[in-house]
Amino acid sequence: MGERLAAALPANAWNWIAVWRRNHLAWKKVAFASMLGTLADPMIYLFGLGTGLGLLVGRIEGASYIAFLAAGMVATSAMTASTFETIYAVFGRMRDQGTWEAILHTQLTLGDIVLGELTWAATKAFLAGTTIAIVAAALGYAAWTSVLYVLPVIALTGFAFASLAMLVIALAPSYHYFIFYQTLVITPMLFLSGAVFPVGQLPGVFQQIAAFSPLANSIDLIRPVMLGRLGDNVGLHIGALCMFAVLPFFLSAGLFHRRLMR
Amino acid sequence: MSNVAIDLTGVTKLFGNKLVVDGLSFTVASGECFGLLGPNGAGKSTIARMLLGMTRPDAGDITVLGLPVPARSRLARKGIGVVPQFDNLDLEFTVRENLLVFGRYFGMRTREINAVIPRLLEFARLESKADSRVGLLSGGMKRRLTLARALINDPQLLVMDEPTTGLDPHARHLIWERLRFLLASGKTIILTTHFMEEAERLCDRLCVLERGRKIAEGSPHALIDEYIGCNVIEIFGGNPQELISLIRPYVQRIEVSGETLFCYAPDPEDVRIQLRGRAGLRILERPPSLEDVFLRLTGREMEK
Repeated sequence: MGERLAAALPANAWNWIAVWRRNHLAWKKVAFASMLGTLADPMIYLFGLGTGLGLLVGRIEGASYIAFLAAGMVATSAMTASTFETIYAVFGRMRDQGTWEAILHTQLTLGDIVLGELTWAATKAFLAGTTIAIVAAALGYAAWTSVLYVLPVIALTGFAFASLAMLVIALAPSYHYFIFYQTLVITPMLFLSGAVFPVGQLPGVFQQIAAFSPLANSIDLIRPVMLGRLGDNVGLHIGALCMFAVLPFFLSAGLFHRRLMR
Repeated sequence: MSNVAIDLTGVTKLFGNKLVVDGLSFTVASGECFGLLGPNGAGKSTIARMLLGMTRPDAGDITVLGLPVPARSRLARKGIGVVPQFDNLDLEFTVRENLLVFGRYFGMRTREINAVIPRLLEFARLESKADSRVGLLSGGMKRRLTLARALINDPQLLVMDEPTTGLDPHARHLIWERLRFLLASGKTIILTTHFMEEAERLCDRLCVLERGRKIAEGSPHALIDEYIGCNVIEIFGGNPQELISLIRPYVQRIEVSGETLFCYAPDPEDVRIQLRGRAGLRILERPPSLEDVFLRLTGREMEK
């Protein structure tokens, strides 16, 4: 039992960096296309919904609709960036490209690999969320100083969604299963978590479900800061995101061990 | 350092209720080239995975480089280079980048890795391809890069799972020559193969496997002497049953493999006299090889 645990967990605090650097090197070759792909979606939402719907909606929570939406898009872009990196790119490296197999032939453990992939996906999420926040600040929808405060939350959001997606790919037999995660979890979460309209608009049951969504916790941390207010229950939201980042990580490492080390 | 590189004692592995490795024991000495020879499905790859701690045996003990595996396999892998059955290079990277990235997995610094890359490129005869993308290399070049990559951590032991499967003869001979160079420089190699020629040319000793069980072990020449010990006549082109009844009194043993008869005869001339005047037969007399040993032991032909 002890040795199985040792194989599933990171061997030390720095082995994962080699995996992160591998992904970074691969990304550098396609950085422009990759950034464009990651940022196009939230930007279209932001300006499409923000300017269009904004005319109809007027002000929400004391801010213009586009400023309200910008905070939601910061969190959403982090969610989608780390989710898609994990369910497509990481799954490919784990199953089809033999990347993980090659790494398992070195002194790295499965836990080192999972941690490296997780950190890389969170890095991409951080990049995406930060870019949206900077665009929002540049257009005057948020104060520049507020961007600094939300940076750690963006990173934590990236970790949480990468970790959850890691659990999905540890269980999924093939790419076909990811559509369920996308359409049944990620997309509904966008509408249940207050990204595009306030959670208060939802029926009571959905409001209670929303409280458990990692995206809602992330938005509840980001939006008040970007709109220049103090948030409520900051510790609780951070704790919830940490839980979403840490628990699925250990669970997925265990599941990968069962899947790959037969 | 002890002079035993690998020791297996009573190793058994089941997948579900299918026995894949059955009470296997063998020892590989340092500096030796040891072959695991058997058809597909004989358990060769499973044994290679167990040596690396990637599959745990259901019974038995494995020691690699003095360390118990899988308990301390991470430490053992620091001293092992692996050539997997299927290339798993990073296709979007260049040759040099593949080596760089792999060296980092062993905790090497960029400067250290850059210092050994020229030697590895020279070894793999890939100097002119250093900055080519791996996706553009030929199969033989990819295989040589995989071999160079396996040497990045200067391992004492190389574990190779079918190192030349799928290569053309020219590429295969180049790999064999490189492996002999490594053996001459003192590395220990354990390789799995279903190529008789590969086993015969490279291995000091080998273990013949069938359905996870060891059916013979020894040096290629000792096995040939022990199980065959005389010249072989191959007869092709006639009706096998008819030919068998004709020459049976003059041979020790006959094996039929496909359309070819393999006759093991102390005096081949007696057989030739029987077949004289028969049209359409092709007769070849040759010294015995490992393939004959395998046919003798398993009674069936090996996949080519």
